[in-house]
Amino acid sequence: MRNKRFKGNTDWYVDVFRQFENRLNGDRGTAVHQIRKKAIDIFAGEGYPTTSDEDWKYTNIKPIAEIDFVPAAKPGEASVNQGLLQKYNYDGLDCCQLIFVNGHFAPDLSNLGKSETGLKILSIREAIKNDDPIIRQYLGRYTAAEADSFTALNTAFLWDGVFIYIPDNQILERPVSILYLAQSNETPLLNLPRNLFILGKNSEASLIETYLGEGDQPYLTNTVSEVVLDENAGLEHLKIQVESENAYHISTIHAEQQRDSRYTSHAFSFGGQLVRNNIDLVMNDEGIASILNGLYVGTGRQLIDNHTSIDHAKPHCHSEELYKGVLDDHAHGVFNGKIFVRQDAQKTNAIQSNNCILLSENATVDTKPQLEIFADDVRCTHGATVGQLDEDAYFYMRSRGIDKTRARQLLIYAFASEVIDRIDSEPVRQKLSAILADKLHTVKPQ
Amino acid sequence: MLEIRNLHASIEGNEILKGINLFVKPGEIHAIMGPNGSGKSTLANVLAGREGYEVTAGQVLYKDRDLIDMSPEDRAREGIFLAFQYPVEIPGISNTYFLRSSLNEIRKYRGLEEIDAVDFLKLIRKKMSLVEMNENLLNRPVNEGFSGGEKKRNEIFQMAVLEPTLAILDETDSGLDIDALKIVAHGVNKLKNGQNAFIVITHYQRLLNYIVPDYVHVLSGGKIARSGGKELALELEEKGYDWLKPDKLVEAG
Repeated sequence: MRNKRFKGNTDWYVDVFRQFENRLNGDRGTAVHQIRKKAIDIFAGEGYPTTSDEDWKYTNIKPIAEIDFVPAAKPGEASVNQGLLQKYNYDGLDCCQLIFVNGHFAPDLSNLGKSETGLKILSIREAIKNDDPIIRQYLGRYTAAEADSFTALNTAFLWDGVFIYIPDNQILERPVSILYLAQSNETPLLNLPRNLFILGKNSEASLIETYLGEGDQPYLTNTVSEVVLDENAGLEHLKIQVESENAYHISTIHAEQQRDSRYTSHAFSFGGQLVRNNIDLVMNDEGIASILNGLYVGTGRQLIDNHTSIDHAKPHCHSEELYKGVLDDHAHGVFNGKIFVRQDAQKTNAIQSNNCILLSENATVDTKPQLEIFADDVRCTHGATVGQLDEDAYFYMRSRGIDKTRARQLLIYAFASEVIDRIDSEPVRQKLSAILADKLHTVKPQ
Repeated sequence: MLEIRNLHASIEGNEILKGINLFVKPGEIHAIMGPNGSGKSTLANVLAGREGYEVTAGQVLYKDRDLIDMSPEDRAREGIFLAFQYPVEIPGISNTYFLRSSLNEIRKYRGLEEIDAVDFLKLIRKKMSLVEMNENLLNRPVNEGFSGGEKKRNEIFQMAVLEPTLAILDETDSGLDIDALKIVAHGVNKLKNGQNAFIVITHYQRLLNYIVPDYVHVLSGGKIARSGGKELALELEEKGYDWLKPDKLVEAG
């Protein structure tokens, strides 16, 4: 059997960790630092996954393991690219906004608004400093460093990110917008956001994470979010990835759901040269509903890999998944959708589809539904399509005077916009449409 | 306006059209009838420029220009319109957006200014009444979830907005109930003027009670077996198509 792991530049990170630790001073004795120490040991011991590992079969992360990325010091405000932040601002969206630059919270750029009783929306660094008991209770509990190398790396250098705690029965009126800006100009930047989102009973919230970057150096964004939804809580979770072409982007979202809770994910991947998104949902009780929507658009030599896993552990849960991809040039897409239906999970309803269009002969996609069903009274469907643009529609448009290029753009846009249309917020839909149109070198219809 | 001479066309190497001759002048309505498989739709698609149809011999001149080398979009811009037998659904693109893009492409080609949103709305309201189209279909994606009748009406609506010089209606009447058929026919009659021409392809004589053709041609085995005035359609209704099959004609001759 071939080796599932390789060492790569793990030693580099062990060294960087030592320097990091030396700068911590008083922080070294804290519980969080114990978690970090354990994580660096795991990372050093495990190394990186190879393509012999079934979960990484189509995605060779060797280029990541060859670059020595470095955590950046907190940048001065003057060096922040305001124009780029402005470009990805959701015009017209009334929201609470947290902005991070190179992994550090930038309070002056952020707008937290006034906080209601018990509600916590702040930088996780701040919450750790305050020794918040909720942090102690939840951090690292669900996304154990053992889970995989990139989670271990994120945990080892755990520094900043967003902590949200919504008390029972509280409905968040305004969405929370989180922007992670990476500016990789001098040395290859290591950008490791870490989020913890805890929603109490009957609470509701909507949040948008946006990842963007610039600079002529490569950079690695390796982000981990832990999400906990208590009974009857509802979360709409958008992740919009518009990193620069120098980016490697690895993302892990782990959501634990309690009875009757509702989790809706909308994941958009536009940027980055090598992108891997993991979403793991665990349905721990009955009456849970989860929706996973995704859109990935790849051009050039981009590799975009989406791995989702939905664990139906209990009866009467519903999951619905729609991922769509548009791949041009030499782009490569990967979709792997795991659905587990445990023996107890009777009356499970799980729907999954992945549709991809390939716009060039050199674009490829590997799509793999993976259903493991141990209960007998369930309804599970899955479908995957890979195709080209609809020739009939293409001719129909041309027969009405619309030229080849425009007809093609409109059809791609129409295909992809199905995912965008599932978002409630009009300003966010507008922005996404503009990003999509920009990526496809076209103008937005309407 | 349109001159088709000895047109031969094939799909995937199978010859479907075997020498069509047809001359259409401004102001005329030509009906093309014929049994299934006679080549009616192939003729429509060749005229609109659909890929996969290969012209192997003959010539088609439209406004004295060679049509065969023209792209489908340029044909549309030059004033050719095909009402599809099976109108295509395009999810994600609204009917109005589609039509406005189309109209503006055609206007640009002709050196006209693009029509703005307000004028466009006025225009489509006027044209909608012509085909009694339900307004809420305008903002729906093109043909998506439309009934058969709604799709056909949408074709005529598009035709009304784009005002083609030569309109080809490919079995627009198929699958329509009598009320829908009357609406479609009414639309065509309203649009008819001395400058434009229509080629109405149909399987049934019924449509020709409402759209009165100047000429009727019967297509059979890839050729025009017979041409005549509107009375030919009635004869076909009575006798069917069998007596016009090439082999029967040989026997008769």
